[in-house]
Amino acid sequence: MDHILSLIIFFPLLAGIAGFLVNKDSIRVYGIVVSALEFSLTIALWIGFDNNIDGFQFVEHASLISNFGMSYSIGVDGISLFLVILSTFMTMIALIGLNIEKDAKNLIISILYLEMTMVGVFLSLDVILFYLFWEFSLVPMLYIIGAWGSDRRIYAAIKFFLYTFAGSVLMLVGILYMGYFYFQQTGIWSFSIVDWQLLSMPFNLQLWLFGAFFLAFAIKVPMFPFHTWLPYAHGQAPTIGSVILAAVLLKMGTYGMVRFLLPLFPDATIYFLMPIAIVAIIMVIYAAMVAYAQEDMKQVIAYSSISHMGIIILGIFAINAEGITGSIFLMISHGIVSGALFMLVGCIYDRRHTKNMSEFGGLAISMPTFATIYGIMLMASVGLPLTIGFVGEFLSLMGFYKVNWLMTLFAGTGIILGAVYMLTLYKRSFFGEITNEKNRGLKDLHGRELVALVPLVALVAILGIYPKPLLEPIDLSVKKMLVLMHKKAVLPDTQDFILKVNTIKGGE
Amino acid sequence: MSNFLLAWIVLIPFISSFIIGVMYLYSIKVARVPNFVFSLFGLSAPLLSFLLGFSFFLQMIGNDEIFLYKAYRWLEIDGYDIDMGFMADKLSIFMVLFITFVGWLIHIYASGYMKDDKGYGKFFFYFNFFLASMLLLVLGHGPIIMFMGWEGVGFSSYLLISYYYEDGENVKAGNKAFIANRVGDFGFIVAMVTMFYYAGSNGFDFLNLKESLLSVPVPVLTFIGFSLFVGAIGKSAQIPLFVWLPDAMAGPTPVSALIHAATMVTAGVYMVARFHFLYDLIPHVGLFIAYVGAISALFAAIIATKQTDIKKILAYSTMSQLGYMFIAVGLGGYSVGIFHVFTHAFFKALLFMGAGAVIVALHHEQNIFKMGGMKKKTPLVYFTMLIATLAISGIPPFAGFFSKDEILLTAFSSGEYLLWIIGVFTAILTAYYMFRLLFVVFYGKNYKEDKKLHFLPKSMTTPLVILAIGSILAGFIGIPELLGGENLIGSWLGNWKNSSLHVTHSTEIILMVINIFAALLGIFIAYKKFYMYDMKEVPIFTGIVWNKFYIDEIYDTLIVHKIKQLSIFISYKIDVHFIDKIVMGLSRGFIRSGHYIAKMQNANTRFYAFTMLIGISVISTYLIMVLR
Repeated sequence: MDHILSLIIFFPLLAGIAGFLVNKDSIRVYGIVVSALEFSLTIALWIGFDNNIDGFQFVEHASLISNFGMSYSIGVDGISLFLVILSTFMTMIALIGLNIEKDAKNLIISILYLEMTMVGVFLSLDVILFYLFWEFSLVPMLYIIGAWGSDRRIYAAIKFFLYTFAGSVLMLVGILYMGYFYFQQTGIWSFSIVDWQLLSMPFNLQLWLFGAFFLAFAIKVPMFPFHTWLPYAHGQAPTIGSVILAAVLLKMGTYGMVRFLLPLFPDATIYFLMPIAIVAIIMVIYAAMVAYAQEDMKQVIAYSSISHMGIIILGIFAINAEGITGSIFLMISHGIVSGALFMLVGCIYDRRHTKNMSEFGGLAISMPTFATIYGIMLMASVGLPLTIGFVGEFLSLMGFYKVNWLMTLFAGTGIILGAVYMLTLYKRSFFGEITNEKNRGLKDLHGRELVALVPLVALVAILGIYPKPLLEPIDLSVKKMLVLMHKKAVLPDTQDFILKVNTIKGGE
Repeated sequence: MSNFLLAWIVLIPFISSFIIGVMYLYSIKVARVPNFVFSLFGLSAPLLSFLLGFSFFLQMIGNDEIFLYKAYRWLEIDGYDIDMGFMADKLSIFMVLFITFVGWLIHIYASGYMKDDKGYGKFFFYFNFFLASMLLLVLGHGPIIMFMGWEGVGFSSYLLISYYYEDGENVKAGNKAFIANRVGDFGFIVAMVTMFYYAGSNGFDFLNLKESLLSVPVPVLTFIGFSLFVGAIGKSAQIPLFVWLPDAMAGPTPVSALIHAATMVTAGVYMVARFHFLYDLIPHVGLFIAYVGAISALFAAIIATKQTDIKKILAYSTMSQLGYMFIAVGLGGYSVGIFHVFTHAFFKALLFMGAGAVIVALHHEQNIFKMGGMKKKTPLVYFTMLIATLAISGIPPFAGFFSKDEILLTAFSSGEYLLWIIGVFTAILTAYYMFRLLFVVFYGKNYKEDKKLHFLPKSMTTPLVILAIGSILAGFIGIPELLGGENLIGSWLGNWKNSSLHVTHSTEIILMVINIFAALLGIFIAYKKFYMYDMKEVPIFTGIVWNKFYIDEIYDTLIVHKIKQLSIFISYKIDVHFIDKIVMGLSRGFIRSGHYIAKMQNANTRFYAFTMLIGISVISTYLIMVLR
């Protein structure tokens, strides 16, 4: 178990390279087997994970460029554990659901490569390593959208690449400056997060570095008003690209916020908290409104993703255990639910070659199983209790309530708007008479699609009814981080604020 | 201990629903499953839950024990835990008993009503899912568990309203119900979060909240009480969120009987009663609740007088009766309100099922002015409907009389005479519109066609008889002491604040006589206008009342269309033409500046030499200036 993390990161890469040797006809089976093995490795990681340790576990460390303190350093804690499992799980599900015949080999190898970068992002403890994986993840995605997308795929792919790349270049400057600053303070070079987290930083410097990191994460999330690449990317990407993009790639942005912004720059975090929270709330309502006006089913779900990411950001910037734990849980639940929804859109797109809702109607008559699963996912997406969607949403809102109750009210309207656009989507596509004859003879979900979707349905129900196993380790690591934030904050106001939002009235 | 059986009260219908759902998918995909298999699972669940509930009821007689079962820890954050817990006290067991009993009867009725429907299995799948959620709602030991059931009933109500989904109008009604309920749920969530923030540190369940809310400042309590009541408004269809209830009649009639009359819509009343410890601390919010209830009661009764659709009349009457319940619970008469919930469940379920029987018999005709003479054709339905109509109108000794009398007594003795006047006036209207319905449908001569009536199976008529007996007897559990009875329900539900004891017996008698007189007056007017109603054509209605005060239209113009317009504006104007324009403008700006800079690299030697010359002169000038 000593090197399990390295194995988890590099197994998909090696398997992907070996995949070039695999026969074209068996490549899909190969991909599924590899991703299933990878998934079982992460499950083994979970089993080996000690729920009572709040710090990093399974840490591996090897010096790369010792002169400049760059190292190969990886580890896992409660915050990253389930995001890693989510990545491998959704990759497996997406590969099971894959039905593209054209150049399937290249596609599957790209996906495996992408899987490595995603897992790498969540496991890196060295910031340079993190940045490498972060940027590497763009390449396979660019290729997937650009090669297997719809008509305007090149435009969408380049927009996706340049937009997110522009943001991360600023982050690189921030990283380098941060390393230099560490050198100035301590006399040695280090790019390890663990080292950085212990370093107290002057307030002004925090503000600048916060800005540089934040922009990269905000574009990735994507936060309003940096969100316009997402609808294009989703609109043009093939189903598997959308599934992974929505389920995992967007979470890299919010993960970065939790991992870097909060513990590294606590004072700047509090300083920027209100503006960011306001943007997050605008984002919740704005994206919900836009989703309501969409004609294209996939765009509705794309914009609903943006809306949900707003709640996640709100939870993170609640700076308390409920909010952050809730938002990490929401990342996982949104990953499962939006992944499933994009996959479902893919199912109907394969049959009808359109995603336009006005072309549908009465699908519940011809495809009852499809309608049932879609309905369950929709309800999870609007946050019906006892589904996975409720837990994270409720906790995030509850966390932010401690910061500002009035703003929580505004964010809460997303609960109503979410129901509005999702029910409209369902009504237009699934209910009513069959108006378009093409919809009459449609085949219901078949074996492969069911194998991919039924586990997601089961997770939606199980984790909604019993979310505790996930919340426990997350909560522990989050609490450790909060203590750290409190300790290293340089302004007394920040410390007061962190204490304030972490207590509830009437207690003690 | 046998406390774990509490969870099974909820689990049995839930499991049965799951099994039926899977079987239903199997039946449409693979091989047909006969209806009796669905009936077996569907009908046994409420009965088993009823028996379990009854066993707890027996254990509770004569003591004040509260049964608590914590199944598992749902979540644990930052030291605060929320358990998946079930609690049975006298209030919740009382609710369980009538929900499962009335629910069981309606299940039986539905097995006849839905007999020829191709979605028979689906119907019971939804129906039992509803039952499970409703039982979770009343048995939840804390606000969050209650909220799970709360949303669950809303969801199953949505599914059942949109049951005949081929018709877009029904789905629209379902969406409307779900969204209106969501607005209410939003209030519920806000209240929960606030409550947790101010009082959640010692455990977030009803028993602990009762203690910890005492130390919360009154403005906050007001806010919590008000937000919770927003939830109640949504679920119990009071002004201003009532618009979904009349449209909800799009669902099959058993659904209207069970969900939109007897059980789900009373959840709001139950919630106020469940949070009585909160509302006792904030009587001003209680008064507000009572007024919302009174105005809703009056408003709905006025609309009901002009409606022609038999189910919509009953829907508005439901809203009106719920208003009565809110008068009671708002004024602190929780047991009185719950008493009316109880009697109302019997006679309103009966009214809906009777209406359903008439509708089926007349081949799905719902306009009362196209009916008539049903007294002779379906005497059993007539007889049971008569009992229910007498009960809702408040004629002694039928069930509604006692509960309504107590509500009005509560209003009067609390000194809220305006509420009392509204209540009495609404009682006149109630008797009027109910007897209007009865006379037109059963005595009228409008229905001339000799089309053969649709056969009514035993499964549909037997529950009518049982409920009719219930509508006669249900009131006797709460006979006021004045009449020599013992107020069983009052003593069962315990020592809640009940202000009805502050008036003298003579006043009580006078009030009672006034109530009876009001009901008789309403019946008399209806008799004058509609007895042996005979009209060659269906009357055409106009006017503001017939148009339900244009509330739907106002909401459509002011809210629904505005939101739609706004989202189209945001989506196409702001998102595409503003934000994305800026982003693309930036990137095009780079490209364009690249083009301009590229012009410098034009391979023109003279141009290069010229630039070099300029460069050299600028630098040398600079150097001369500096070095001088």
